[in-house]
Amino acid sequence: MSALLQANDLRRHYRVRSGEGFFAPKSVLRAVDGVSLRLERGRTLGLVGESGCGKSTTGKLVLGLVPPTSGTVRYRGQPLPPVGTSAWRGLRRHIQMVYQDPLGALDRRLPIGTQIEEPLSIHEQVSPVERRDRARAAMESVGLQPHQYERYPHELSGGQRQRVVLARALMTSPGLLVCDEPISALDVSIQAQVVNLLLDLQERLGIAYLFISHDLKVVRQVSHDVAVMYLGRIVEQGEAESLFATPAHPYTRALVAAIPTVNFGGGRQRERFLLQGDPPNPVNVPSGCAFHTRCPFATAQCRAETPTLQPLPGGRMVACHRVHEPALGVAA
Amino acid sequence: MLSFAISRLLRAGLTILFVMTFAFVVLRLSGDPALLIMSVDAPPEAIAAFRESWGLNQPIWDQYLAYIGHALTGDFGKSMRDGRPAIALVMERVPATLAITLPALALKIGLGIPAGIYAALHRNSMADRLTMAASVAGFTMPSFVLALLLVLVFAVQLGWLPASGSNGLSSAILPVLTLGTGGAAIMARFTRSAMLEVLGQPYIRAASAKGVTWRTVVTHHALPNAAIPTVTIVGFMVGSLVAGAVVVESVFSWPGIGRLLVSAVANRDLAVVQCILMVIAAWMVMANLAVDLAYGWLDPRVRGTAAAH
Amino acid sequence: MTAPLVAVRGLTVDFGGGTQDSRAVDAVSLEVAPGEALGIVGESGSGKSVTWLAALGLLPAKARVTGSVRLEGQELVGAPRGDLERVRGKRIAMIFQDPSSCLNPVHRIGRQLVEALALHRGLGGRAAEAEALRLLDQVGIADARRRLSDFPHLLSGGLNQRVMIAMALAGQPDLLVADEPTTALDATIQAQILALLAAIRRDTGMALVLISHDLGVVAENVDRVAVMYAGRLVEEAPGADLFGSARHPYTQGLLAALPALTGPRRRLTAIPGTVPEPGTMPAGCRFAPRCPVAETRCATVPPPSRTVGFLHVAACHRQVEAGLSVWSLPRAAE
Repeated sequence: MSALLQANDLRRHYRVRSGEGFFAPKSVLRAVDGVSLRLERGRTLGLVGESGCGKSTTGKLVLGLVPPTSGTVRYRGQPLPPVGTSAWRGLRRHIQMVYQDPLGALDRRLPIGTQIEEPLSIHEQVSPVERRDRARAAMESVGLQPHQYERYPHELSGGQRQRVVLARALMTSPGLLVCDEPISALDVSIQAQVVNLLLDLQERLGIAYLFISHDLKVVRQVSHDVAVMYLGRIVEQGEAESLFATPAHPYTRALVAAIPTVNFGGGRQRERFLLQGDPPNPVNVPSGCAFHTRCPFATAQCRAETPTLQPLPGGRMVACHRVHEPALGVAA
Repeated sequence: MLSFAISRLLRAGLTILFVMTFAFVVLRLSGDPALLIMSVDAPPEAIAAFRESWGLNQPIWDQYLAYIGHALTGDFGKSMRDGRPAIALVMERVPATLAITLPALALKIGLGIPAGIYAALHRNSMADRLTMAASVAGFTMPSFVLALLLVLVFAVQLGWLPASGSNGLSSAILPVLTLGTGGAAIMARFTRSAMLEVLGQPYIRAASAKGVTWRTVVTHHALPNAAIPTVTIVGFMVGSLVAGAVVVESVFSWPGIGRLLVSAVANRDLAVVQCILMVIAAWMVMANLAVDLAYGWLDPRVRGTAAAH
Repeated sequence: MTAPLVAVRGLTVDFGGGTQDSRAVDAVSLEVAPGEALGIVGESGSGKSVTWLAALGLLPAKARVTGSVRLEGQELVGAPRGDLERVRGKRIAMIFQDPSSCLNPVHRIGRQLVEALALHRGLGGRAAEAEALRLLDQVGIADARRRLSDFPHLLSGGLNQRVMIAMALAGQPDLLVADEPTTALDATIQAQILALLAAIRRDTGMALVLISHDLGVVAENVDRVAVMYAGRLVEEAPGADLFGSARHPYTQGLLAALPALTGPRRRLTAIPGTVPEPGTMPAGCRFAPRCPVAETRCATVPPPSRTVGFLHVAACHRQVEAGLSVWSLPRAAE
């Protein structure tokens, strides 16, 4: 059976100027450099990593918003049509997106009801009455009140606006929702509302999510599988609970260790694993394993050879030369 | 930095070439200079001779190439009126224009910038509102209206200053005031908004939190940053030093480059008009270049090499 | 208990109409002991930052500040500007959320550091440069000499926050107020900065007020936690007590809304509704409209702060029993 979404060896390179003026040398920014993903119907794949790791670009590639430099994206077995074609616009109803800033994604001058109906008027021939009914149904399914149909975006709170964006995305019954930091701009007490809503919608409608976030706790809460990116590549991928419980790649271990948590009654049980320095400039990715400059276990091999994703027992995939060495204290 | 300078110079050269071409085309489109200068009832032979001597009977393309070619060697042709080199005619008018535009620039900067800073530092105070009201009045009023008002008050009513002409210092005062107050109003408004923008930046609060006195926060932290956008408008004003006084010179009969331009256009004195436009363009381009360099000097983010982030 | 370093009493900040429902901070009282680490938790609009900006006189002129903030007996509210300038940076330093925009973009790092050293320690010339190098070294910046002549835009967010911390240390303050110091930074960099703050506290004995919306950040880095909601202090307790047995429904709700990083995944308990806007603050308890156990008096009478345990204070009419969550959290029932 083919997956809902299948991305193979996606690359997206940008040529950037590394100085001022016409004659400055050009360099290549490898925003995404060989990413493969697979997502089944009704499942959630979490995509995590720090700023500049290429997770948002990967999201745009999956949406077909930017064309890949190389590699393919298949949705229900079909390759994504070129950007701007009518086939591509048709695909928009199946793959929708939700961004971090709901206010930026909405038109301030239009009442939200009109905006929620918009995808229908683009993609389907339906009567105004039916549009309105379906918009009200979508509003109800995301927890908005019917009287808010006439409201404008600035009259709503951040959490409510994100619900509007979700309602709009749901109008065309999409099979896949790409969520790029959908709750990062929301207050803590509101984040839980939206997380629960996303989980309910998935259970009810069988939507798949590509959930892009820097917040590991939220990613663990919503994802079935998780992929960890570092400088354009996936360094570890696996089932969410086990990946966070026993991260194998040194970078994942550092990320998990870096998440501050409330420990109810008692000391800290997770390992301490503090990385030195900043992530390197993505224009100038280190040779070999890109993580070797910050990795406490790096060897000469890590500096020279780029590790590929290798399966571990239990279905985990890890790109690390030293992952099998018990001396590193890596839990299997 | 070198490639930065080279690309800027290339762009400057292109701009000047564009202006020269534009002047050439527009002047050729707007009527036959031979007929205008010789008067319509001149004998046909005289008109033909005039065309011959100024090369106006050549194909337009050849005229254009000759014009550009000569310009490259510093030859901008001769005035069709009195036969003197156009560049000399233009250059002898520059000092007169600068004699009113330079003091006006000093007035714009010396009055506008402090007023803008003061208004920003005392936002919503009476002084701020007065400054802004004066500034709106200053830059909505056309310069010829202001000029006539000033003449009415200081020349006609009070009789303190001459209404026009170029007889020494006293006759320069009204043109300078006319040019300077309008510009000072624009300057004050720009400076105020640049300053307010900077005062709202996190680093201003951070500097205060560091214990820096308010006076030092303003002088060392706010002003250098507010100077960056202000340079744009100062550069624009410097750029208009040569060409910015056409109306005012006409109103006050001031013998500057603006009046020369007006009369040369009226007379279809092609070489002189082309030469003036070229001088104005060259000056503008140099002012822009100076603004770019000033940016680099004031703002390290512009100066910066490849991002290290 | 030792005499407090800073004592805030009935601090009220008003940006608008001057009525009770427009107060951004409403009658907040708290203390910071010398060398103590106090966490302040709250969402946007809780007044957690405004409280400390008001204490240092850093709010815009239209803000009306009343009440009292005493630094070892010296009153800061309404103090002359000169007195406040001598406190800022020297006695109480402050760092902010977005380090890259908190450094002046047109001045070199070195100049900005030396400015603080000249101000608070009277250092100049070589002595100032040597001390600036030492400070950059102390905050873990490699290649310090080169960094002195760098401009802020050439440094990453993490490095800029280290520079901000170095600048805060220049005055050898008794208290550092860190306002969301890691919110704009990546996870691994956040961990570095928090570890650095802990190390500095260990070395210097400086007190710390850590303001954050992230319960995890606060939980791991402070001794005592104060929770603020819509301009009021709702609960205050030593960290273990607060996270182990929160007594205010809002605190309990925040904890229930937090996804866990370990253990079985459970459905999050979301707090319904939204934070009230200034100008539309409820008359009684400001959390009442969202509270599952609110009674009639909660809507009209502001709840007083009550001691509910050792050093544990909560402002709630319903005296929720220890160990019982109003959101029927299974974890709290353990």
